[in-house]
Amino acid sequence: MAKITREDVLKLARLSHIKLREDEIDKFVGELDAIVKYVEQIDLADVEGLEPTDQVTGLKNVMRPDEIIDYGETPEELLKNAPARENNHIQVKRVL
Amino acid sequence: MTKKSETGSTKSETKSKSEIRNWAPINEIANDVRAGKITALSNVEKSIGLIEKHSEFDAIISVLDEPAKKRAKQIDARVNNGEKAGRLAGVPFIAKDNFLVFGGETTAASNILKGFEAPYQATVINKLEAEGAICIAKANLDAFAHGSSTENSDFFVTKNPIDKTRVPGGSSGGSAAATALSLAPFSLGTDTGGSIRQPASFCNVVGFKPTYGLVSRSGVVAMASSLDVIGPITKSTEDAALIMDVIAGKDKLDMTMIDRDILAYTKFNNNLTGVKIGVEKEYMDEKVDKEVKQIISVAIEKLKNAGALVAEVSLPSSKLGLPAYYIISLAELSSNLSRYDGQRFGYSYPDAKNLDESYMLSRDIGFGDEAKRRIMIGTYVLSSGYYDAYYKKAQIVRTKIINESREAFSKFDFLIGPTTPTAAFKIGEKSQDPLQMYLSDLLTVSANLDGGPAISIPAGFAGSLPVGLHIMAPQGEDRKLLGIANGFEELSK
Repeated sequence: MAKITREDVLKLARLSHIKLREDEIDKFVGELDAIVKYVEQIDLADVEGLEPTDQVTGLKNVMRPDEIIDYGETPEELLKNAPARENNHIQVKRVL
Repeated sequence: MTKKSETGSTKSETKSKSEIRNWAPINEIANDVRAGKITALSNVEKSIGLIEKHSEFDAIISVLDEPAKKRAKQIDARVNNGEKAGRLAGVPFIAKDNFLVFGGETTAASNILKGFEAPYQATVINKLEAEGAICIAKANLDAFAHGSSTENSDFFVTKNPIDKTRVPGGSSGGSAAATALSLAPFSLGTDTGGSIRQPASFCNVVGFKPTYGLVSRSGVVAMASSLDVIGPITKSTEDAALIMDVIAGKDKLDMTMIDRDILAYTKFNNNLTGVKIGVEKEYMDEKVDKEVKQIISVAIEKLKNAGALVAEVSLPSSKLGLPAYYIISLAELSSNLSRYDGQRFGYSYPDAKNLDESYMLSRDIGFGDEAKRRIMIGTYVLSSGYYDAYYKKAQIVRTKIINESREAFSKFDFLIGPTTPTAAFKIGEKSQDPLQMYLSDLLTVSANLDGGPAISIPAGFAGSLPVGLHIMAPQGEDRKLLGIANGFEELSK
């Protein structure tokens, strides 16, 4: 099936929001190609009539009451890891 | 519980065996603390001393010195006041650094989470603390649990306690090395495709992967959500059962959980007579090292002599387990890792010109090569045009694998084989070839795909290197599995 090209890696990096350095790109082309070729062996499986498995618990629509639970967190604790802040807000670069 | 080497011992091996006496069984330590024979503080100080003494193995990322001592003093005060101190009173433990723990950083051994201080704590840590256990340190791992050797840690490589030139396995390599070195009586790991069992096998300790959904994952850095489980790495199956009994059970912060057994996991039956065991044919073929097979064959003979009914069983689709596992896990983790965007927490590139560049550069610098590879392949198998051929097909193959294992479990109580195709490999041996590294999970992934419990227990030595026996059971049969593992452990004494 598909062979991973340089263009594929650049596209995947863009979709994944990772800016690759020039020296990384060619290395990833070969590595990703080898891994994709390896996993392609599932193609050979005869899966006639079988449904996909998303999860193994068999749980469906686990519900809980929509209640506020107070864990005693302060805004300061929740925001202390933010790279940039203005008062109690996380600051990011402008979106528009 | 460690079996004597049949082929002579190296210096380091002898050393690691003598360390086994550093700690009594966990229930005895807690008994002694409750009885006032030893203090929680002395346990914590002992643990810190051992961590310093064995720092050359690089098992530990950070030590929670002050908070651990503070907790120890509180527990000792409870004992002095005649208050309840808990089933794990004063027992130190080490958590893999992907568990959120108060009092220090939680990094997942990644540059992007370096400096991150958890605003809440993992449910398992809360449960262990409620019974008096004390988290003393955070163990090294492959960054974000992506790997089988800890060589993918963004910080440093952990060395195997039995042979310093070899890897401890991964991704819970720091945790397994910590337990093997007796830095604390037990450690916690996470297992998505073998990350508890493979390092336990490489380091000659017990690694238990519970049934999916039995232990809360709230507060643990997610890798692949349909596969991730949490479990203990211990010196014995009795210790593993005790820790399981404390950490298993529903949590309102994790909506993917199943009911636990009402009967304690410590109340297992270790009688091997009449137990039906299937030896997986595909797991004893040419892909597995001869010496490893030899050790497992000896283990099988021991089980037979003890009265177990052992027969060969074929699971023809098991060879598709690894490729299906890598498609599913990489797809899920590419989604889980999208939260590391350099905006709300974690590393953020300081001089980005706009939001897009902030995402792109924060992730380029913050993620190591393996995270990037996995995110990109995960994105590939989920992308339009490839989704059906890769992701959906892998999910259907997962169904096929589950059906085959159910059929096998209709005839057998347990399935056994080696935990890994080879004993611990050399540092650097596979780190330049990501695909070769992936193949070390060959025998462990099926338990993650079908969700059942599995354990690796020490079975002997191939030359100077330990080999683990892998035992799998049907979903929900965790106590039964601990029982047969304990029965085998008794045979090895």
